[in-house]
Amino acid sequence: MLAPGIVLFAVFMAAPILYTLYLSFQRVEVSGLGLGSGARKQVFAGLDNYAAALGDPEFGASVGRVLTYGAILIPCMLGLALLFALLLDSRRSRATTFSRVAIFLPYAVPAVISSLLWGFLYLPSVSPFYYLTERLGIEMPQILSSQLIMFGIANIALWGGVGFNMIVIYTSLKAVPNDIYEAARLDGASETQIALRIKIPIVTPSLIMTALFSIVATLQVFAEPTTLRPLTNTLSTSWTPLMKVYRDAFTRDDIYSAAASSIVIAAATLLISFVFLRVVQKRAFGQED
Amino acid sequence: MRSILRVGAMATVAATALLTAGCSSPAADEPAAEGPVELSFWAWAPNIEKVVELWNEENPDIKVTVSKQDGGDPAITKLLTAINAGSGAPDLIQAEYQKIPTLVASDALADISADAGDLEEKFPEGVWDSVTLGGDALYAVPQDSGPMMFYYREDILKELGLEVPTTWEEYADVARAVHASDPKRYLGTFSANDAGWFAGMAQQAGTSWWSIDGDSWGVDIDSEATEKVASFWGGLVEEGAIDNKPMYTPEWNAGLNDGSQVGWLSAVWAPGVLSGNAADTAGLWKAAPMPQWEGEDATGNWGGSSTAVTSQSEHAAAATEFATWMNTDPEAVQALVTESGIYPAASDEAEASLSTAPEFFSNQPDFYDVAADVAQTVSPFTYGPNVNVAFSAYNDEFAKAADAKTESAFVDALQAMQEITVTDLEDNGFNVK
Repeated sequence: MLAPGIVLFAVFMAAPILYTLYLSFQRVEVSGLGLGSGARKQVFAGLDNYAAALGDPEFGASVGRVLTYGAILIPCMLGLALLFALLLDSRRSRATTFSRVAIFLPYAVPAVISSLLWGFLYLPSVSPFYYLTERLGIEMPQILSSQLIMFGIANIALWGGVGFNMIVIYTSLKAVPNDIYEAARLDGASETQIALRIKIPIVTPSLIMTALFSIVATLQVFAEPTTLRPLTNTLSTSWTPLMKVYRDAFTRDDIYSAAASSIVIAAATLLISFVFLRVVQKRAFGQED
Repeated sequence: MRSILRVGAMATVAATALLTAGCSSPAADEPAAEGPVELSFWAWAPNIEKVVELWNEENPDIKVTVSKQDGGDPAITKLLTAINAGSGAPDLIQAEYQKIPTLVASDALADISADAGDLEEKFPEGVWDSVTLGGDALYAVPQDSGPMMFYYREDILKELGLEVPTTWEEYADVARAVHASDPKRYLGTFSANDAGWFAGMAQQAGTSWWSIDGDSWGVDIDSEATEKVASFWGGLVEEGAIDNKPMYTPEWNAGLNDGSQVGWLSAVWAPGVLSGNAADTAGLWKAAPMPQWEGEDATGNWGGSSTAVTSQSEHAAAATEFATWMNTDPEAVQALVTESGIYPAASDEAEASLSTAPEFFSNQPDFYDVAADVAQTVSPFTYGPNVNVAFSAYNDEFAKAADAKTESAFVDALQAMQEITVTDLEDNGFNVK
């Protein structure tokens, strides 16, 4: 019964991972000019690729950028998603179906498309925003400048991601039986108090899940900065760890060190997710027991 | 990607510009008797299969089949995979000049010097160097080239009472005057996205970034000549006379169209790009030779490709014969110009096949005369086996410099590029001088 699952896992998950592991311990060695036949051979590299990946200041810098990016993005993303979910769930909301779809819709736009779209809006000479503010005599900062680019990219991810996270939180709000709210109202709780004291604690598990998704997505950010890169001088080809992997593998033709960096990134993602879950789950659910 | 767009754009221009296709009588030479031979050819130039058809009609003994590729980069990636796998490579491939050393380093190309005969005098020296890597071997027959020229808005320079710059010093003065007339106007931009563009300008300054010395590679990216180019541009960016934004962005396109980009240092294929990106300015641009440093007139190359025979081909002689025919036979070259819209690398054939100026440059009937003169002055330049590394280092380092807007940052960027390129070669085990 399990055979199809095991075969699919072996072929499409285990085999590529093992092959990546194998590649990460190899390298190419060239002799002389490297021209002509037999001048290039694959040899065992030991841990050289890992040492190079971890010791590369560019890699460290890209990790630093991604952490800053996550520190900006994740609180905004979860805060807005929670706020929207609570607003949609509150009794006084009108046109909730329309709002829900409108907030969710950007999630259906592929990241490359939304980055192109925002890229146009960020370029002063083709952007309607800059056109309007210039007419109004307001001087707008350059979003593609080195100081603001981080916020520009976080904004794209936020625009695309809030809707999805909102739906997750909203769905768990909908699952709460109405009796609880009625009891609270009978006790004299206001809508705000209900939101803070009842709804938020109840949706904590979905908040943790969305936080985990957001952390993983943050560590893997690639499409937005890659799409914006040709438009500005402020994004390098190794701006995020995955961009560096891509550059090493396909631009620099060094699939071996790219494999080592990939393994490092995968291991770090796993570790961060695990630690996050351990820490948060203890605090969130520990009290309930 | 970009080169496909360029080629595509050029095709449109050439198709409309060249009203008559020369119709010389078919060559009577019979191919070497090897029996019926089947050759496969990976290429991406538009309509190249029509040029190949001409060959197939005249040469029933050697049948060439084109397999259309997505572009320069994907075709090369595919070829390298086939070479690593030991089978699956075509007999012939269209390869951009800067890819040749990488291909040779992977043992993907055959040395065709024995079969090709004497082709050297048919091509400008700079182009020839790219396919021989400066040695005795011949790795490809040059197909098209992109000699660099200076494009400017004739109307705006006239309005401002400015002369067309012929030296870089004059270029700087004109750039200052243009920018002073309107803070939104620039004579050009320094693009950190286009390593090929900067390499072309270094080539013009008389340097070569790589060289072969016996058994070792030389890397000379931070040579005095390139440093002169880098600090020239760094200086102009620092004082604000030249824009620092990359080319090929929606913003840059808008600038070309609305007159805020008054000039463009580009190559012979520029009319295709301009007519696509700045359609409103038809008839307002003119082409001139590049501004010069001291010494003989020179220019660099930006873009261009060749026809190479792969190391897996079992019919190298027949493949070489086809490659030579396609790029040097007058009828074939004419067809390449008419059908694929390329600027032929072979000097005499280029002159014969390009007579009417592109429609976008109808105000400059002698466009191709200017281009032909310029094409004769392409300086020699050798690409190395890790052009990809050097070019991506250019993107990163010069982007930082363009953002910092200081002359010293430009010089630092060049040194960083040199260091990254040398380190990469050494790490891979190449002998580096």
